[in-house]
Amino acid sequence: MKYMLLIHAAADQEPTCTVEDWMAHEREMRDAGVLVSGHSLADLVTATTVQVGPDGKRTVTDGPFAETREVLGGYTVIDVPDLDAALEWAAKCPGSRDGGAVVVRPIAEFGL
Amino acid sequence: MDVGQVFREERGRLLATLVKRFGDLDLAEEVTSDAIEAALRHWPVDGVPDRPGAWLLTTARRKAVDRLRRDQVHAARLALLQVEVDRSDPPAGGALPDERLELFFTCAHPALPAEDRGALVLRFLAGFTTPEVARAYLVPVTTMQQRIVRAKKKISQARIPFRVPDPHELPERLPGVLQAVYSIFTEGYAARRADLAGEAIRLARILRSLLPGEREVTGLLALLLLVHARRDARADLLEDQDRTRWDRDMIDEGSALAEQALTGGHGPYGVQAAINALHDEAPDFARTDWPQIVALYDVLLRLAPSPVVALNRAAAIAVRDGAEAGLALLDELAGEPKLRDYHPYRAARADLLHRLGRDAEAAQAYREAIALAGTGTEQDFLRRRLAAVEEKT
Repeated sequence: MKYMLLIHAAADQEPTCTVEDWMAHEREMRDAGVLVSGHSLADLVTATTVQVGPDGKRTVTDGPFAETREVLGGYTVIDVPDLDAALEWAAKCPGSRDGGAVVVRPIAEFGL
Repeated sequence: MDVGQVFREERGRLLATLVKRFGDLDLAEEVTSDAIEAALRHWPVDGVPDRPGAWLLTTARRKAVDRLRRDQVHAARLALLQVEVDRSDPPAGGALPDERLELFFTCAHPALPAEDRGALVLRFLAGFTTPEVARAYLVPVTTMQQRIVRAKKKISQARIPFRVPDPHELPERLPGVLQAVYSIFTEGYAARRADLAGEAIRLARILRSLLPGEREVTGLLALLLLVHARRDARADLLEDQDRTRWDRDMIDEGSALAEQALTGGHGPYGVQAAINALHDEAPDFARTDWPQIVALYDVLLRLAPSPVVALNRAAAIAVRDGAEAGLALLDELAGEPKLRDYHPYRAARADLLHRLGRDAEAAQAYREAIALAGTGTEQDFLRRRLAAVEEKT
């Protein structure tokens, strides 16, 4: 079963974890054979939003800029037997600390 | 014995076994109902089989195979299931598996909304129908239906497992299960439904038989028994209750369990059980061991700090040291957001003000309490207190 871990950082708190922490976490997932894919996202100031209206007109805007306190900073997709295993990996993710949060979403399966 | 009651007992156990086997709550529920229906048809005619549990389990598994055969989408799983059926027919005379603990942990999984966990335990472990669960939680049937459907969807689609957490996970996971059972009891208590409170006690007993070594499970069962023992007298305040109407057998059992729960360590349920044991064993209100009760509240406040515990501690101090001391503590809690709309807080203040002869303030506090009190019985009680105070002024 695949789960996406959406890694949100607190907008108002500096993380204390280091690059080494992230690399160790990735290595651990790789060694356990659960890592499917994952990326971290560039700074939020680089984000652009696209919407297409009912008339087909395209709107492109700068942002979104956080009114929210949490900013999506990256994701990981893992393949594990059940939700408990996914929550275990989410808790190990450095992004779950320092006011950050990891949202665990099962990846939808269509058919068999 | 009522046949429905027999099946309610069997139902949770059968369901748990089937969920464990199939990993599919919907299928397990359907065939549990099928098997019980079949039993209701056959047993009156053919007689009750020697091993009713084994009969139900075998029947349910055959029904599952029938259902899957009709269902193309599940065809792939049929092969697996067939093997299971062939291999695992219960050996004659062998003990049936009991997988209810797994189901407890699924129903009370932290990924499910806290307010739904008790409802799921009632539905799946106590064998309640959805309308019965709705009545227990005083919500419309459609609302409860939606909540249960949503929870089941999350269990199946997010794949919440049916497993007992490892020992190192238990400290994190067990409180959720205990809280779910406790919430059923408090619902029953608030609604003055002895049947529902009794059901919570039955569930706590099952839980204890499955986890006999966990002190907080023992503490929870003790607490429920020691509170429930006073059910017939509770229309009055504790100090006015007719103690001959308390259930002595239940008190004896609860007290013994409380002692067990507090041997070699302690947790919040065990400490609350001990407080209630002191009340239940006291010959009257005045001769209750108040210093010991205050000491236990101090412990409880450290273990599980909450404004409600602080309120109860203040009430105990008011008896030990006088109304003045109690009122001072209550006024310190005035800023607590959790107590602002909590009518027992206003009522406790009113009682102490009344005892200090400040009846105008007491009457005002009673009026505030009445405005906040939910149930009719609770309001009526407070109105009588208010009338008594107003008579004096």
